[in-house]
Amino acid sequence: MSTTTSTPGAGSSRPAARRGHRSRRPGGRPHFYRSYGQELALFNTRPKLSGVGAIILVALVLPFMLADNLLQTLALAFAFAIGALGLNIVTGLAGQVSLGHAFFLGVGAYTAAAISGDPDGRTIGFGITNMLVWLPAAGIVAALAGVLIAPIATRLRGLYLAIVTLGLVFIGEHIFREWRDLTGGAGVGREAATPELFGFSFARSNALFTTDQNLYLLMLVLMLVFALGARNLARSRVGRAFAAVRDRDMAAEMMAIDLPRTKLVAFGISSFYAGCSGALIYSVIGFFEPSSFNLLLSVQFIAMVLIGGAGTVAGTIMGALFISLLPTLTRELPAYIPIISGSVTETPNVFQLESILYGLLIVVFLLFEPRGLFGIWIRIRTYWKGWPFSY
Amino acid sequence: MTDFLEVLLRGLGVGSVYALLALGFVIIYKATGVISFAQPALMLTGAVVTSYVAPAIGFMLFTGLTFFVSLGAAALITAVIALIVERLAIRPMIGRPAFVVAIITIGLDIAIRVVASGFIGLGARPIPNPWGLQRTELLGLRVQERHLVSMLALAVIVAALVWFYRYTRYGLAMRAAAFDQEAALTQGVSVGSVFAMSWAMAGALAAIAGTLLATSAGVDRQLWIVALVALPAIILGGLDSLEGAVIGGLAVGVVESMVGSYQRDLAPWLGNNFAGVSPYVLMLLVLLAKPYGIFGTPEVRRV
Repeated sequence: MSTTTSTPGAGSSRPAARRGHRSRRPGGRPHFYRSYGQELALFNTRPKLSGVGAIILVALVLPFMLADNLLQTLALAFAFAIGALGLNIVTGLAGQVSLGHAFFLGVGAYTAAAISGDPDGRTIGFGITNMLVWLPAAGIVAALAGVLIAPIATRLRGLYLAIVTLGLVFIGEHIFREWRDLTGGAGVGREAATPELFGFSFARSNALFTTDQNLYLLMLVLMLVFALGARNLARSRVGRAFAAVRDRDMAAEMMAIDLPRTKLVAFGISSFYAGCSGALIYSVIGFFEPSSFNLLLSVQFIAMVLIGGAGTVAGTIMGALFISLLPTLTRELPAYIPIISGSVTETPNVFQLESILYGLLIVVFLLFEPRGLFGIWIRIRTYWKGWPFSY
Repeated sequence: MTDFLEVLLRGLGVGSVYALLALGFVIIYKATGVISFAQPALMLTGAVVTSYVAPAIGFMLFTGLTFFVSLGAAALITAVIALIVERLAIRPMIGRPAFVVAIITIGLDIAIRVVASGFIGLGARPIPNPWGLQRTELLGLRVQERHLVSMLALAVIVAALVWFYRYTRYGLAMRAAAFDQEAALTQGVSVGSVFAMSWAMAGALAAIAGTLLATSAGVDRQLWIVALVALPAIILGGLDSLEGAVIGGLAVGVVESMVGSYQRDLAPWLGNNFAGVSPYVLMLLVLLAKPYGIFGTPEVRRV
């Protein structure tokens, strides 16, 4: 995963005492891995540890400095990032193109909404508003849906799989539209899950924080947990099996990796993330209807993963933030470029520009920077590492 | 029985349009090894172009001629657009994994579609044509005239394609490139122009299909979704089989029309508008039994 120069195996046989001695001298050669364990470590270099720490600190301070509506956008972006991390597992890590992410998002969102919904309401509800119940449940039901699809999906390769998962979105949309007791039906919709933890509601302002600050912090913490999970998965035996399947499935099979099982696990975990993400996204928004889970949503997630950098956790989060903040950025454009209108009825308007940007950004990134935003970061890093020399 | 046959004919009529779309997908897939998700956008573009050209050339002898002239113009213009798109975004990607290129076409699809939708406006744009929703009697069966026109169009185009692939130099070049790109290159076939030609042909087919579809209710912003139904069709037929595309397209059309007519009585629990998703359900069922479609070549995997 990391592009830093490494000497595999070297040092792994060194006596523990010497390694201990070296680690007390941080100044030595910080860019070289001295053991296999170090290369595989979560923060394998010191700058990475301090960098991530600094970013998390900034993210924790932000809610006290930004306007509330921007905070809500960011909270949503974090919730989207969880879903993108899930797609990254199946597409970026295991190399299985899935256009069906919106379906799993919908399954999760409806599970959570049903569990936390009002028992006496218009739609199915069980009235268990505790997040510790509905969040895992949303993930698990979505994961089950993923595992159910997997027997078809694991037999197919490449583009056949893309088309089948695309079909899944349409079938899912139909089910959501027709199952009115659960979803409220097309054009009506239902209320989403309430973000509440042992009686503490995040969706209400309290003595310390406003609603949006609450939601921002909640989503930030959850995203960090899910990101840590995704990163750890990538470093584990299962994660390496995914990467092997992605790079060359036949070679992976030769190495005794069970292809159907690996793909099934990839789909399951990815759907778990998608389900949690769906539940969280709509618990921030508060209300949703069946047509939300369409092909465009799937494509948005694909865009997040590809623009961010397929196969990387940091890149995927960057991509999710970028795509989620894109509408906020384009809404500002009419002030600077007069031909672009802010209203829906005139032809060159911001909404059209926004959709075109989704499309063109995918194309431009795949053409010119296939490693995405993460690749740009790698380039900047290498440039400054070698500065003032070009390499 | 009459009722059943009428439903069947309607299915074949709609299916002919799907078959045209599916042919476009398969032509691109055979030449480049990639499914172009930009086909829906090109279809919408074609229909929009017709809706502008037809009123512009006005009344020409009789409305049928106007329709066919504007159809030809739309096919040509869409083919040129497809050529430009191929040159700018697809050609630089030669040699990259197929799914990366496929995702690029998704991006292109979104971008082109937004531009094409911008020309539609809020309502639907009508396409002037002599048939509308009129019905005619055929062997005692009542059929919509536009369905007959679609079937006729499919027959003509399939004949033209067979002739093209079998008897022209370019057809031979395309077959050679589809068989083995490197071997074709060594024989002096310009694989680049084969790519370009496949995109142009697919664009023209999409434009014709879009126009035929829009003869009933005009061009609206949701028209593109219909083009995705061609995907189950090509999966049914197999991605790399032209006859499979035609049969798959017709089959999907028939299934959709049968489900649309009989599902409400036989299986009401499936919900309203189940006909719209029936192609996708059919696709899942077929793939459970045959992972490479009915006419597709199973992928041979060698170490």
